[in-house]
Amino acid sequence: MAGAAAQFPFGHILDTLEYGPALEGEALVKHWLDKHNRNFGHFINGEWQRPVDRDNIPSKKPSTGETLAGTLEATEEDVQRAVAAAEGAHKKWSALSNFDRAKFLYSVARNLQKHQSLLALVEAVDCGMPSKEARTTVVPAIIRQFYHYAGWAQVLSEEVQSWSSLGVVAVFPGWMSPLVQLVQRVAPALAAGNTVVVMPSPHTRLSSLLFADICAQAGLPAGVFSVVTGSTLGLLASHPAVDAVTLAGNTLEGRAMRQLVAGSGKKLSMELTGHCPILVFEEADLDSAVENIVMAAFSNSGQNTYSASRLLVQEPVYSRLVEKLKVRMTKIAIGDNLDKNKDQGPLGDPAAIIRLGQLVQEAQAEGAEIFQPSALPSGIHDCFPPTLVTGAQTSSQIYVEEPCGPVLVVIPFRTEKEAISIANHGVSGTAAGVWTENVSVALEVASMLQVATVWVNTYGLLDAACGAGGLKASGFGRSGGKEALYNYMRPSWQMPVRTTNSEVDMDKFGASSRSDLLPSLAAADNLKDGDSPNIDKTYKLFYGGGQKRPDSGASLPVVSQAGSVLGHVPDGGKKDVRNAVEAAVKAAPSWGKKDGHGRSQILYYLAENLLSRKSNFIQLLSSATSKDCEDRARNEVDLAIQRLFFWAAYCDKFGGTVQESTLYGLTWKVHLSLGVIGIVCPDDFPFLAFVSLIAPAIARGNAVVAVPSEQFPLAALAFHQVLETSDVPPGVVNIITGDRNVLTRTLSQHQDIASVWYFGSGEAGSTFVEAAASGGNMKRTWVNYGQLRNFIDREQGQGQEFLVEATTVKNIWLPMGDIFAN
Amino acid sequence: MDVNLHKSGNPGWDYNESLFKSIRINLSAVKARAAEIGINRSVKKQWQAAWQLRALACIDLTTLAGDDTPVNVTRLCVKAAHPISKDIVKMLNMNEKEAKLTTGAVCVYPNQVQVARETLDKCGEEGRSLPVASVATGFPCGQTPLGPRLDEIRSAVKDGASEIDIVINRTYALSGNWRGVYDEVRQMKVACGNAHMKTILATGELGSLRNIYKASLVCMMAGADFIKTSTGKEGVNATLVVALVMIRAIRDYYALTGYKVGFKPAGGIRTAKDACVWLSLMREELGEEWTRPTLFRIGASALLGDIERQLYHYATGCYPAMGQMPMG
Repeated sequence: MAGAAAQFPFGHILDTLEYGPALEGEALVKHWLDKHNRNFGHFINGEWQRPVDRDNIPSKKPSTGETLAGTLEATEEDVQRAVAAAEGAHKKWSALSNFDRAKFLYSVARNLQKHQSLLALVEAVDCGMPSKEARTTVVPAIIRQFYHYAGWAQVLSEEVQSWSSLGVVAVFPGWMSPLVQLVQRVAPALAAGNTVVVMPSPHTRLSSLLFADICAQAGLPAGVFSVVTGSTLGLLASHPAVDAVTLAGNTLEGRAMRQLVAGSGKKLSMELTGHCPILVFEEADLDSAVENIVMAAFSNSGQNTYSASRLLVQEPVYSRLVEKLKVRMTKIAIGDNLDKNKDQGPLGDPAAIIRLGQLVQEAQAEGAEIFQPSALPSGIHDCFPPTLVTGAQTSSQIYVEEPCGPVLVVIPFRTEKEAISIANHGVSGTAAGVWTENVSVALEVASMLQVATVWVNTYGLLDAACGAGGLKASGFGRSGGKEALYNYMRPSWQMPVRTTNSEVDMDKFGASSRSDLLPSLAAADNLKDGDSPNIDKTYKLFYGGGQKRPDSGASLPVVSQAGSVLGHVPDGGKKDVRNAVEAAVKAAPSWGKKDGHGRSQILYYLAENLLSRKSNFIQLLSSATSKDCEDRARNEVDLAIQRLFFWAAYCDKFGGTVQESTLYGLTWKVHLSLGVIGIVCPDDFPFLAFVSLIAPAIARGNAVVAVPSEQFPLAALAFHQVLETSDVPPGVVNIITGDRNVLTRTLSQHQDIASVWYFGSGEAGSTFVEAAASGGNMKRTWVNYGQLRNFIDREQGQGQEFLVEATTVKNIWLPMGDIFAN
Repeated sequence: MDVNLHKSGNPGWDYNESLFKSIRINLSAVKARAAEIGINRSVKKQWQAAWQLRALACIDLTTLAGDDTPVNVTRLCVKAAHPISKDIVKMLNMNEKEAKLTTGAVCVYPNQVQVARETLDKCGEEGRSLPVASVATGFPCGQTPLGPRLDEIRSAVKDGASEIDIVINRTYALSGNWRGVYDEVRQMKVACGNAHMKTILATGELGSLRNIYKASLVCMMAGADFIKTSTGKEGVNATLVVALVMIRAIRDYYALTGYKVGFKPAGGIRTAKDACVWLSLMREELGEEWTRPTLFRIGASALLGDIERQLYHYATGCYPAMGQMPMG
């Protein structure tokens, strides 16, 4: 019997009912690697290019450290070749008919479908992701992306009118889920008519290279899709012929990229890791929540963009939930990520192990309780056990620092309000989960969470139709949906931006006000000798609903084109901006929540009151310029009134839609206000530009701190009369005059400002605004790179661009259903 | 394997509505979990074969038809006592214990209990230790006065049934009269005496997952030794979604009382592959103990045949013809 038992050793299994191994075969991957002689070149201009004398970087299998293949380290020359090919291909690609471009994307989708197993395996082998996740989540998602964007390519001219492709898009997928991050960017970029060059993360290059093979098989024209492997992102990102840059990664990587391309005129979109919370309320389905939390926090070893690392639980259910979670966690199996019976494989970034270990140790030393039930497997490298941390505080390092690993910190809360304030505290804003069966609680919490995606009673769902991404320091731009197209398009009237003189001294720009503050010899109002002076009109700053003297106690002269001094405006500075932002921050939430009808009433009222003071404004404007410009001044004021009307109309027509995702339920896209927007106005069209910029911002629920034209601020400053008589709540519109650079510096560096719109002259200001954003709250920016905008023109002065810039997209996922049988 | 059911009985618990009245269950989330069960774990090779044998041991081999007569009931019983053909036993070089595996029970109507018991008693050691389960209490609808329903139990027990599968009162359940459900099941428990009581919730007729949870907890409080999904006669059979909810209730009841209650899905489980998914569900949600016939049964008739065919395939590498395995 001994021989038979060895052949069919049931006894043991029958007693314990173990699973045994269920390993995925790697033959397909090996075959593909061998086809490339385990040595990859760059994929440029539709072919594999293997320039000689390049460093060779081995791609390794994280679970064993085994080398899978060699990849090249790109030089400037390689990048140049790829970008040139992309640039060359763009002309033809962007000129294709919608139908023709759609057919190419459709073909990619078809070809991805043909190679599902290989795609899943390569991704799993290369980045340590459990193969079952790659198979069931990643691969279906990328196929869906290409079908969805094939559709956008087809209907582009109907749905995105008056927008054009940018040119060459540089794509930087992260190392955590590279294939999804690649496709989320490449598909919309291609659909919009761009060509792309991809530089995958040095840790995880293989899936991008496989994707190149598939694109070639799909018949994509040469140069439309290229891959260069390298570890110097700047080579590609800073290339002068690159028109847009899109990156997925962590906040540090995001900051570096923002800094790198600041002032270059390249359109940047970033999707950064989140430090995401899950909120469990007392009326939640606790068992389902537990199941979902385990997936959200520990799948792919907690290394997804949306991995949850914070669990907030309402006090009455705290102990029960933690108990249930602990029981569930004992079932998590760690091991070879190609074993279908393992839930967690190795970390993609080996360095994370030490960092995570230290974090956990520190937390333990501070008195937190650490729960790590899963045994680490022998023979598999770089695994970290799923870790539950209780008893830590919101000030503990383990709570504050983003783990990028399988670590979950549980924090109790008392009320809905407290939960929201804990969840919103912090700089990131990627996604959040909300668990409650109470629909009122769910909807209120979902709308108040400052994140780009909220999942109610679910987590981690993504769909090509819904733009995911981040708010606050978690990036800008979206992947998915129509909203992703805007990352890769510009309004058609705009010429491609190529900056030439965008250098800026970050320390000096706007550090001090200009020096000509002493009273000038010329008297105001062109007084002649012996005339008695007029009663001086004193201009003041306007913030918090009232006129305020500047902190500096100083004024700047406003000089007409003829050289006469028309008056003095306050020399506002850092402290005035601080006060104005404070007022705006206070006003923004209730203004943002105000119903669209209410906001539109106020904008109509503004238009009405401006109309009744029309002659006053024409006079102010024409005195500032020159007498013969009265017609122009009249036109400016007329158009300003029209703009107010236009944006009043849009107060209740851009709230959002229901996305057509694959969810049974609602995926509700909300066009959120951003919060406080700092607006630096141009000198051209000093009044029309001012109104054209603040009106859409406030129409869509933002509060603004506006810096009027430095040269001709009088009309804008006088606008406070209109504001004060039109029921605009205090703090919604704030106007600060002074040295533009000083004010720009302060606005850009203020962390409570969500976006800076810069329309000042010269390229330096734009560069400063973009570069400053990288250091702080990673605010959004909309800058002109020194290029003039004709605010008279409809497209330039009130185009769809303004709506896109004044809002951000938030998706709320609401699964539905209770019927399962009779 | 310990097949002595009588050790794991559930004496019940005082009726306590606060334990279930505010239960929240989110269907879409439960569905998401249910969809994972089948793909998150997988068994191959000898593990698969061993799991199939375990599934076999958990089958309540069932015939519940209007045309049941001693002819087919006898045939069923003999198959239950010797479910694996001699060929396979030989090919797989099974040891004595493995070769003597039987199904968990046979399950028949009250009128067939006597013949089933007599048949099994003639089937050697394996047959004698194989329980006869009888449905009762106006199966499948339960729309009969309580007196006759209780009499049905007593009669089946008297005829030799050691397990009784009762149906709960759906009229009470749907109208929210959980106390009524409890009281009835309590009386049925008394009527069962030493026989083990499985309570059939007829989940397909309970309308919501919340009702399924409530019914599960009420039945366990009333002394159910097993809770069972369905009669096999409702529109919806045993589904993983329903199972997850019932299993949660079992877990909660165990945490509350320390009593282990078994689970029996019935209806629609026809393939060896499905059976392994159900075992995996039990293992992941409750633990290995709940994959044994003491705490897990599958009500099925066609499943056994498929398991036999899969074992044949495991032993030979070839798929047998449908008619090749001995008929049961």
